[in-house]
Amino acid sequence: MTNYDLIIIGGGSGGIAAAVSAYDNGISSILLIEKEAYLGGILLQCIHNGFGLHTYKEELTGPEYANRASSELLKRKINYKLNSMVIDITPDFVVTYTNKEEGYQQVKAKAIICATGCSERSRGAIAIPGDRPQGVMSAGQAQKYLNIEGYMVGKKVFILGSGDIGLIMARRMVLEGAEVLGVAEIMPYSNGLNRNIVQCLNDYNIPLYLSHTVKEIKGQGKLEKIVICKVDDKLQYIDGTEQEISVDTLLLSVGLIPSNPLIENLGVEIHPRTKGPIVDESYQTSIPGIFSCGNSLHVHDLVDFVSLEGKKAGFFAAKYIKNELCTNQKVDIKNGVGVSYVLPTQVDIQNIDELQINFRCVKPFKTCYIIVKNGDKVIKTIKKPYLVPSEMEKVVIKKDLLQNLDYLTVEVVDG
Amino acid sequence: MYDVIIIGAGVIGASIARELSKYTLKVLVIEKENDVCEGTTSANSAIIHSGYDPEPNTKKAYYNVLGNKMYDKICQELDVSFRRNGSITIAVDDEEAKILDELVERARLNNVEVKILNQQELQEIEPNITKKAIKGLLAPTAGIINPFELNVALMENAMDNGVELSLNDKVLKISGEFGNYQVNTTKSVYHSKYLINASGVFGDEINDTINKSYFEIKARKGEYFVLDHFDNDFIKHTLFNVPSSKGKGVIVAPTTSYNYIVGPSSEFVDSKDDVSTDYITLNQIKKSATNLVDNIDYSKQIRQFAGLRAVSSTKDFVIDSPKKGFINVTGIQSPGLTAAPAIAIDVAKFIEEKELKVTYNPRRKPIVRMKNLSLEERNALVKQDPRYGNIICRCEKISEGEIVDAINRNCGATTVKGVKKRVRPGFGKCQGGFCEVSVVNILSRELNKNILDIEYGKKGSNVVSNKMGGASND
Ligand SMILES: Cc1cc2nc3c(=O)[nH]c(=O)nc-3n(C[C@H](O)[C@H](O)[C@H](O)COP(=O)(O)OP(=O)(O)OC[C@H]3O[C@@H](n4cnc5c(N)ncnc54)[C@H](O)[C@@H]3O)c2cc1C
Ligand SMILES: Cc1cc2nc3c(=O)[nH]c(=O)nc-3n(C[C@H](O)[C@H](O)[C@H](O)COP(=O)(O)OP(=O)(O)OC[C@H]3O[C@@H](n4cnc5c(N)ncnc54)[C@H](O)[C@@H]3O)c2cc1C
Repeated sequence: MTNYDLIIIGGGSGGIAAAVSAYDNGISSILLIEKEAYLGGILLQCIHNGFGLHTYKEELTGPEYANRASSELLKRKINYKLNSMVIDITPDFVVTYTNKEEGYQQVKAKAIICATGCSERSRGAIAIPGDRPQGVMSAGQAQKYLNIEGYMVGKKVFILGSGDIGLIMARRMVLEGAEVLGVAEIMPYSNGLNRNIVQCLNDYNIPLYLSHTVKEIKGQGKLEKIVICKVDDKLQYIDGTEQEISVDTLLLSVGLIPSNPLIENLGVEIHPRTKGPIVDESYQTSIPGIFSCGNSLHVHDLVDFVSLEGKKAGFFAAKYIKNELCTNQKVDIKNGVGVSYVLPTQVDIQNIDELQINFRCVKPFKTCYIIVKNGDKVIKTIKKPYLVPSEMEKVVIKKDLLQNLDYLTVEVVDG
Repeated sequence: MYDVIIIGAGVIGASIARELSKYTLKVLVIEKENDVCEGTTSANSAIIHSGYDPEPNTKKAYYNVLGNKMYDKICQELDVSFRRNGSITIAVDDEEAKILDELVERARLNNVEVKILNQQELQEIEPNITKKAIKGLLAPTAGIINPFELNVALMENAMDNGVELSLNDKVLKISGEFGNYQVNTTKSVYHSKYLINASGVFGDEINDTINKSYFEIKARKGEYFVLDHFDNDFIKHTLFNVPSSKGKGVIVAPTTSYNYIVGPSSEFVDSKDDVSTDYITLNQIKKSATNLVDNIDYSKQIRQFAGLRAVSSTKDFVIDSPKKGFINVTGIQSPGLTAAPAIAIDVAKFIEEKELKVTYNPRRKPIVRMKNLSLEERNALVKQDPRYGNIICRCEKISEGEIVDAINRNCGATTVKGVKKRVRPGFGKCQGGFCEVSVVNILSRELNKNILDIEYGKKGSNVVSNKMGGASND
């Protein structure tokens, strides 16, 4: 069995960045394993632009961003395997993968970074009632049919959920000649980036129905109609507000869930909110030696942040392999009022110079304050003109503020 | 001229077809859908019932008990997933506890082994059942089966032994007499000596085209939740509510693939095609299930579905010959899946002149389930066919080789749903989000069909509508 210092599972932007960074920090015995025939992950089907504004200071398409990222990996001659799916990890880090050429193979690692991306919530996950015809699918799936395979999935389209993929697909379907009859969002506000609402819906006169959902699906073999209706503030259907719409396609953009079957099997502790693993400041999970980054850790809005996170995970995994990671002074980081989750949920300040806490707020805020407390003591306050749940927020705290830590809390309060 | 025509390729039609394939008979099965297992057999609780429950001295009780005993052999011959996990009926109050005692008596009359469990025994066997449970009735011979695999395997084996199957072929009218029945369908006109009506909920309508009406079938819908795998030991037995004055209750049960199902509801519907779900019913199911398991985590739900019980006005299975050579085998509601093989043996007795076929082979070629093999076994297969090394379905870890095999057998898959029913890609957490595109491409390649012509499920449910950039260029 071949031994590696580090095995990275998933060759999307998270996995690539992690590999490059671990290499640059002195680890050369690396194997990255990717299921698809190409590196880059989900980016390859995102042919629109808007990627890389933070990292490269220019607007790239998904495939262009993926190319730039993977060229860094290729430059360093890091080992990778394509068309290879990891199907199992044992508690002593024996990784089983398979492909057509080698069959089922086992390799062993000192540390593992899991960067396996996310999956889209299905119709079944949100239990939309009604018939079960063809024509109801996730927006990313339609995107794959369109952008990778070159086929349209329908001509009269409605979209449930105003997540970014749904918005992008609304525009994409119109450009390919489909009629997009509207987007329904169950919340009173959109979950997509503002720029996507403007550029993908408003510019094409596609109506956005806020506080609306799909109440019923109709059609025997093929989707024929959907019934949308208004919901109240408890998200319950309001009788009498139903509206029937004839469509052949319903695209779902109703949330992404981190996908970690491999390490969940190993018993990694999962965060109840993010549905990804719980990690500390080093992106290490509850199982020492297993690290996580990218959309399999928590769902990101922008690929730039995935790359940054991958870079850190690679850095800390390298430290772990070199036996330089400290774990004896961990304190908890909690979400306080106004905050739905924080990441990381633990920190050992011996490993860092500054602490970045990522979080999402529970609802849209106008002028507000982000407050970080150590125990009861406020250690940092930041004023913000607005905050929305759809955009991941971060606070960075210098190490000198992190002395005598009890536990940390992040809150958001109206200003 | 066929010796026998069977209308309907559900578990009943397929069981009869396999039984008749033992003999030197020319048999045709006609099915209106584009695959087998598209009716009630595709949407039920998948339990091989022990048989303590049906009223004694009914056909239901008789065939249930006989059928249950046949399944070990059938599943071994046909390589179908089956587990005798036992069932427990759970009482949560005194009224229900009293009913359990009556059920013990019923079990005795039906000749079925059962055992009463007290509160402590219940918690020991099933630590996750509701704390409200005060008494239980264990039926150790109950089992769970994969009904899709069963239905497909029965038909495949029947076809291996010479039975013909015509899909996408709806029977419109039947006429004639013993020795020369005429069957008019959407595709053709067929003739046969014997005619067997195994058309499920539509059984009365088929009967009424040739025979005076003597029963009526109403459809009673049952809706379910399916949960993803999370812990194979969460619930091990099939759990039933006690049928009481409050209603028949629901079940919480593992499936052969270690998912969990919660349901069914029970409501008459007007349309025999209505397998829709609705949120009021789904919420009621959740409520009933709390008398079995306290904390079912519905964030693990991956699917909801519904099936139709064929409820006959005779209050029992309709298995008889109202006219020489014409046999009704319909109104087969629960426990029809369990009863099917026993029913098939008796139905075959209606066919008078028949001889055993020396070439009859009761076994079908085993199915490869990569997931269950050792590394060495897997690699031996990859050596023969590299496609067994290529995983297509992430959630259920199904290889391309397994999918190709499911397409290229007798009674093979021709649709995305057909692949899903046979080898499971699309049944997992992503519900096809990741792998559907690959399955469509494999179907197109193996069946030598344009992608535009690949259907999801029913006729007309094509997955993609057009090639980008207007005119097709292949
Ligand atoms: C549909 C979609 C559209 C998006 N649109 C935008 C956008 O417009 N702008 C923007 O800035 N950001 C966008 N994002 C966000 C951003 O692009 C992604 O968050 C980022 O690319 C995710 O990178 P990742 O490495 O975490 O995951 P992925 O790119 O999903 O990579 C995970 C990789 O792991 C592989 N893998 C999974 N399991 C295994 C296994 N068992 N064995 C081997 N390999 C495995 C997968 O094949 C995949 O290649 C979008 C995200 C999605 C999902
Ligand atoms: C909610 C529910 C739960 C159940 N749970 C269990 C259980 O746990 N255990 C158990 O043993 N049983 C159970 N059952 C019962 C079991 O599912 C049925 O008894 C069994 O599937 C009936 O099989 P069938 O072949 O008669 O009907 P079907 O599977 O419906 O087959 C009939 C076939 O005939 C075809 N057909 C109809 N009309 C025509 C026509 N005109 N021309 C051509 N073809 C036609 C249909 O398309 C269909 O494929 C349950 C049933 C339901 C609804």
